Amino acid sequence: MSRLHESAVGHVSGRAIYTDEQHPPVGMLSLHPVQSPHAHARILGIDAAAARAIDGVVGVLTATDIPGENDTGPIIHDEPLIPAELVQFHGQAVAWVVARDAATAAAAARLVHVEYQALPALLDIPQAIAAGSYHLPPARVARGDASAAIAAARHRIEGELAVGGQDHFYLETQASWVSIDAEGSVQITSSTQHPTETQIIVARVLGIPAHRVVCRCLRMGGGFGGKETQANPYAAVAALAAWKFGRPARIKLPRAIDMQMTGKRHPFFARYQAGFDDNGVLQAIDLDLYADGGWSVDLSPPVLMRAMVHVDNAYFIPHVAIRGLICKTHLASNTAFRGFGGPQGMIVGEEIIDRVARHLGLDPVLVRERNFYRPGQNPDRNQTHYGQPVVDNQIERLWQQLLERSDFHARREDIRTFNRAHDQCKRGIAITPVKFGISFNKTEYNQAGALVHVYTDGSVQLNHGGTEMGQGLHTKMLAVASRVLGVTERSIRVMATSTDKVPNTSATAASSGSDLNGQAVKAACDTLRGRLAPVAAQLLGGQAEEVIFAEGRVWLAGRDDHTLNFAEVVAAAYRSRISLSATGYYRTPGLSWDPALGQGHPFYYFAYGAAVSEVEVCGYTGVHSLRRVDLLHDVGDSLVEAIDRGQIEGGFVQGMGWLTCEELRWSNSGRLLTDAPSTYKIPTIDDVPLQFNVDLYRRADPPSTEVIFHSKGVGEPPLMLALSVREALREAVAAFGRADRVDLAAPSTPEAIFMAIDRVRAHAG
Amino acid sequence: MTNSPVFKLNFADVALDDAVPTESLLRWLNRRGMSGTKEGCADGDCGACTVALIERDGDGRAHFRACNSCLLPVGALPGREVITVEALADGAALHPVQTALVDCSGSQCGYCTPGFVMSLFAGYYGSELNDLTTEGNLCRCTGYRPIREATRQLTLIEPPRDRFHDLLAAPCVPLVSASVGNFHNPVAIEDALQLKQTHPDASWIAGATDLGVSLSHGQRVAPAFVALDRIASLREIEVTADHIRIGACAPLSELEEHLAGLVPALDQMLPWFAARQVRNRATFGGNLGSASPIGDLLPILLALDACIECRNLGGMRMIEAADFFLDYRKTARAEDELITAVVLPRRSGRMTAAYKVAKRQTDDISIVAAVFALECDDDQRVCHARLAYGGVAAIPMRAREVEGFLLGRKLDTDTIEQTSQRLRAAFQPLSDHRASAEYRSALCASLFERFVAEHTP
Repeated sequence: MSRLHESAVGHVSGRAIYTDEQHPPVGMLSLHPVQSPHAHARILGIDAAAARAIDGVVGVLTATDIPGENDTGPIIHDEPLIPAELVQFHGQAVAWVVARDAATAAAAARLVHVEYQALPALLDIPQAIAAGSYHLPPARVARGDASAAIAAARHRIEGELAVGGQDHFYLETQASWVSIDAEGSVQITSSTQHPTETQIIVARVLGIPAHRVVCRCLRMGGGFGGKETQANPYAAVAALAAWKFGRPARIKLPRAIDMQMTGKRHPFFARYQAGFDDNGVLQAIDLDLYADGGWSVDLSPPVLMRAMVHVDNAYFIPHVAIRGLICKTHLASNTAFRGFGGPQGMIVGEEIIDRVARHLGLDPVLVRERNFYRPGQNPDRNQTHYGQPVVDNQIERLWQQLLERSDFHARREDIRTFNRAHDQCKRGIAITPVKFGISFNKTEYNQAGALVHVYTDGSVQLNHGGTEMGQGLHTKMLAVASRVLGVTERSIRVMATSTDKVPNTSATAASSGSDLNGQAVKAACDTLRGRLAPVAAQLLGGQAEEVIFAEGRVWLAGRDDHTLNFAEVVAAAYRSRISLSATGYYRTPGLSWDPALGQGHPFYYFAYGAAVSEVEVCGYTGVHSLRRVDLLHDVGDSLVEAIDRGQIEGGFVQGMGWLTCEELRWSNSGRLLTDAPSTYKIPTIDDVPLQFNVDLYRRADPPSTEVIFHSKGVGEPPLMLALSVREALREAVAAFGRADRVDLAAPSTPEAIFMAIDRVRAHAG
Repeated sequence: MTNSPVFKLNFADVALDDAVPTESLLRWLNRRGMSGTKEGCADGDCGACTVALIERDGDGRAHFRACNSCLLPVGALPGREVITVEALADGAALHPVQTALVDCSGSQCGYCTPGFVMSLFAGYYGSELNDLTTEGNLCRCTGYRPIREATRQLTLIEPPRDRFHDLLAAPCVPLVSASVGNFHNPVAIEDALQLKQTHPDASWIAGATDLGVSLSHGQRVAPAFVALDRIASLREIEVTADHIRIGACAPLSELEEHLAGLVPALDQMLPWFAARQVRNRATFGGNLGSASPIGDLLPILLALDACIECRNLGGMRMIEAADFFLDYRKTARAEDELITAVVLPRRSGRMTAAYKVAKRQTDDISIVAAVFALECDDDQRVCHARLAYGGVAAIPMRAREVEGFLLGRKLDTDTIEQTSQRLRAAFQPLSDHRASAEYRSALCASLFERFVAEHTP
């Protein structure tokens, strides 16, 4: 089934409307931050008199203006909306100017005089480790006795890996606008992945109950996790302005300020030891993982935990000891980003596997295969280190399919020939697997609701708790509702996500949007269909079980000579006083998780995929090109194929950016130097290989889990297919010399590759 | 000069009477509730704000040129014609460009999409439909594969004889001089020089791809502007047997078309210079005027012994490229002088090539740019050497000492090795967010090695 994105025509015509583009109500105010020029400082005083004197300035918000709790922390309450005393990162807003338009607010913000006492700042993971600066106590996940197993192993390696962060670079920056309606309710329109949390935090900041706050989200111009919690402060500060000045207020961050103030994918640092046998089969790993949390906790604990339970990727490791710490630094607070720690965990696992292979002089492909999780073995090799079996394990079958489809072994031979003939230009090819756990690690988030109204003309309004950020969730929900109700998609209208339609929702995140909301929509539609079937049966002179609903028509099985319009059945139901509105609810079954032990069954199932990448590297410059990519990914029975392919391709390219050209750099004083697309480079069309083959994995059987219509979540897992690019680069670098290890920085910029080639050549010499 | 500045927006006349001339077209559109054109960065780097501007080349033919509306001051608009995304669909009937993107699933979040639509629109009528068409448009969702597919599909469909076709075919109405407030748009060099004399503190502004960034960020660049982008004589390109004269305000896209195959270093460097939207506006004159140490075209001028033609009301003079750059963003151009052309001598028998290394291989700023020109005599000894670099010093610079070393030597392994050593030490580059000094120094040498490997048997 190939459907188009429900908003595609709106996108291409410019008619699709985003948060900041709705016609502004009369008197709309704009906000602009007064940003700290220090990463860590005491605020001694704020003098806003000059700013207030500017024509068009309505006021300047500081901490004392907050009527409720001055906090926007989603887990721990450690995140003042406007700091009263202490600046904790460079660019943090210590005050907000409110004015009649954005230009006036920005001009006036420059006139706010703030006196600071600068304090020493911690600006990266090594500095935080040296200072012992952490958020929360260490987290642990362990199985068996890793140190004993490493000591007993025939071979041992140890090493370190630093992994860079990543800016979300959603094309639409953070945006919200807020008005107080005639009844005193706070109406928020926000570009947020989590309207319920935005609602709760605005209520917290204003000191009012949640029932006085409504949060809507029409659509986002990209999210990628960057609007899961980090939309909240901007909605809150706009709400504060609307509350205080009694006029609607808007905020849309300029790009540089968005990049300076919002958190990113966590940079990580890993220190590892591994023990293995002559065949490269892992016996044990012992690992310290450090995540750079930034100034506040935000979502760092679950991000770190997901990293800790994804180090294994597709590999069985008998003995495991992982300790995780969140470094507290004076940087923007790092947050959710597609993969949510999974990529940072898996890159360490793949690093170890490659080290093992080169240490033994074995083919990395073979070493990967030898370490796969395998069902049905004795002793068991299909159990993760956190106590969950690898349900529906497709790794090996999918891997073999991709090796064949990509013609991997023959191409690798060609590459060896090519490399022998070229001194300054080397190619590399690599295949890597992906196994990614689907469900929120936090069990309570795995629930969803829907609200479906049928009107008497047969048209349908569909509300669900998920948000649309481009991933095609609304398109999938339309597919589910039309399939269950048996009506055309044209007759269904997906409404803007709103907390007064479906309350207490979870973030649209963790690749779970269509799994959770799809089941909730299906439940609501099942209820309605259950109510309509007897009505139709009566009209058609049959039994309710015989009624078929499809494409807006209704008939009895085997008697399609007599059909009714869906609208006729609906009208009859209304006349019979049958409710035409239903809620639906879903919670994922069978989940459990003990965060203290790091053990349980946190994921309903796993998504599987594999990728082959081929690169060419220039020895003079370290510049590489991606020659060909083959992806194979398991989406179960696709709900909407075009949407799933888009997620796979887009996720891969985003992961490739993280691993290659996207590099975050800060000054010695903690100022983000790469705060614009002129300095922070995400992939362009030229970075995408001309040969970019994407296939959906064709399964022999449907997945063993009961996901909506046997589909599988697809939002995050494909990002990690890009690890194949990193491993292909490593292969190419290795071809410049002879090395029993190839250290390659992440991201692998031309400079990083150039330096890696230097090391390999020095080693060969 | 006319009194009521007007431009054509989507076929309709719009008055610019009360416009702030330095406001960007993007902000101006958004303020009027035309929200199809998106702000993704306001820096000219993401392409979400792309619109199509009608430009006429030397022989009067009209083209749609994609450009970043965030960099286009409305003061430059009088008499011009602009098409935005809102004009493409005819009611419910989508334009072929839009249909192709819809059919190929070319949008996900949709925020970048209007920009892609407009880049493809310009490419569709201008017969450039490949990756270059949209290299200046960032998409964070799709991974570009479907956009590339939509582009390919468009190559199979002839542009219809629609109202856009008619617009291009309409008789040429030459732009006349106009002013919006203190933003002056003369049509003759003499008028420009007179304006500069009347407003000595005015800034020259060509394609506005550099100054436009400052303006977009609300910085006060100058109290007045003299815009050069409608002076026809500044856009002329002249090719003779012994030189090529490039008008200082010829957009780089036109150089790509008209000089293809004539100057290898230009052929190599131009596609690396920013992206299509910027090259449609950027000029040699602007690159020289802003004199950035990382201006990609500047090492070309140094390596090819170009001359820079400047004029003021007192007359014209030629400045050798080697004498033009004095210090960080300081040049030999006098404040009242206007750069009118660059002149590249044509010489046969020289090996020349341009290289650029950046973090990303399209639309990025150089870590190091290098342009080399070498000539050997009958005895295979170097008789002419130019090794010019950008990104390694406060100004674009030649490695003169190393050039001297090369003269009279054969390009054997020993010479190359010694040259490399000297090049590694030739400059004291900075470490910054783009790269380390160490890498920059290493590139100075290895790019030369690559040049020799690629150009000598």
